[in-house]
Amino acid sequence: MTKKSSDGVGRRGFLRRAAIGAAAFAPATAAAQRSTDTDQPRQASQVVPSDIALRVKALESLLVEKGMVNPADIDATIDLYEHKVGPRNGARVVARAWVDGAYKKRLLDPATATQAIADLGYSGGQGEHMVVVENTPQVHNLVVCTLCSCYPWPTLGLPPAWYKSSPYRSRAVIDPRGVLKEFGLELAADVEVRVWDSTAEIRYLVLPERPPGTESMTEADLARLVTRDSMVGVAKVKRSEGGRP
Amino acid sequence: MNGVHDMGGMHGMGPMKYDPNEPVFHEPWEGRVWGFIRGLGPWTRGRFGASRFDLERLPPDFYLGASYYERWFGMLVNRLLRGGLITPEELASGKADRTRPAPTQLPAPARPLAAPGARVDNVPVRPAFKPGQRVRARNLNPEGHTRLPRYTRGKVGTVVRNNGAFALQDTDTNGIWLGGRAQPVYTIRFTAQELWGERSSSHDCVYVDLWEDYLERV
Repeated sequence: MTKKSSDGVGRRGFLRRAAIGAAAFAPATAAAQRSTDTDQPRQASQVVPSDIALRVKALESLLVEKGMVNPADIDATIDLYEHKVGPRNGARVVARAWVDGAYKKRLLDPATATQAIADLGYSGGQGEHMVVVENTPQVHNLVVCTLCSCYPWPTLGLPPAWYKSSPYRSRAVIDPRGVLKEFGLELAADVEVRVWDSTAEIRYLVLPERPPGTESMTEADLARLVTRDSMVGVAKVKRSEGGRP
Repeated sequence: MNGVHDMGGMHGMGPMKYDPNEPVFHEPWEGRVWGFIRGLGPWTRGRFGASRFDLERLPPDFYLGASYYERWFGMLVNRLLRGGLITPEELASGKADRTRPAPTQLPAPARPLAAPGARVDNVPVRPAFKPGQRVRARNLNPEGHTRLPRYTRGKVGTVVRNNGAFALQDTDTNGIWLGGRAQPVYTIRFTAQELWGERSSSHDCVYVDLWEDYLERV
């Protein structure tokens, strides 16, 4: 797996290449123009905002002036997804299921899963029809959306870039074991891999295996161990590896 | 539509790229775009069809080269221009043309059933298939939006569960919802060998949620 550096240099180069804005409005000519554009290296700079940032800013000014958006509402949306909705919610669901057998039963029953999750306070858009699938030593579940990027927002927040990427969307259904290997997870040949392609409005959450040696931990401590990746199915929960995504 | 967005099973997309310290939004503009999308509903709902379809019909080379939020931004700008809510000149200058009438919100179109994709609980539905039954995903190739992935078409699977009745999400070639009857969405289990051939693991399978209209008896 290619680890991306966090300085974002590669990303800036990518953003410059991916011409957007005017290019997107006139598909036929824009495509031709862009393919020549992309071959021209452009001036790199660390301080000048990218083209896309300027275009987005221009559009926001325009929409505000027209009374179509309110900057404070946009700030609130960003705050919601950066700070309030995210995988810590799903981790609490998982930890509850690990310590409470009756809750786990309701969670794993598709007829009651959505309500069981709502009971912990997590409901709403992209979480209206939840199905939870359980990982065991014999069965490993992996969630993908090959057609777009469907993801259970109330429990996991917005999806990470890799979940929305072409490599994941193309390969998860045809080569799940290869994908998992690149995430550092090698499964025995006799483990059954179940891939869930979220093609309709049902959203999937993986209930990962509780790691051994955690019998004495509290529900809150257990929740801290549960990673986003383990609830999508590209990782297992480890006893000592909290704090990872 | 048989577009590049329907990626399941494609080769050549490269290795997984993973950033363990990925922020929710990589750059501030991504959050602003997300805010536009969430906030502009009252302006777009009555004018445009399925947003997923408008994303799918972005030019394929743009779609593949763009990041997630670049796609949404491109799609949104296309819509605002198409709907006459902004002009290319306004977009270029970032300033509103005061000589043009102010944009208005339009009422969302009436839905005979429910919003596309939403569960329909108030209509009695008789399911055509039941759990355990073998079914074939039909070989359909509509030019509008569909939720039937290419890699399942013509393949035989087993009904695992009836998830209840939902409104079909498919659209015509303008992105306008086709509607139709309320129908069950089934979870269908396809073996990896059925989908990808005998060299795939005999232990593995793919579960796909499919509307009844996508399925036929074996």
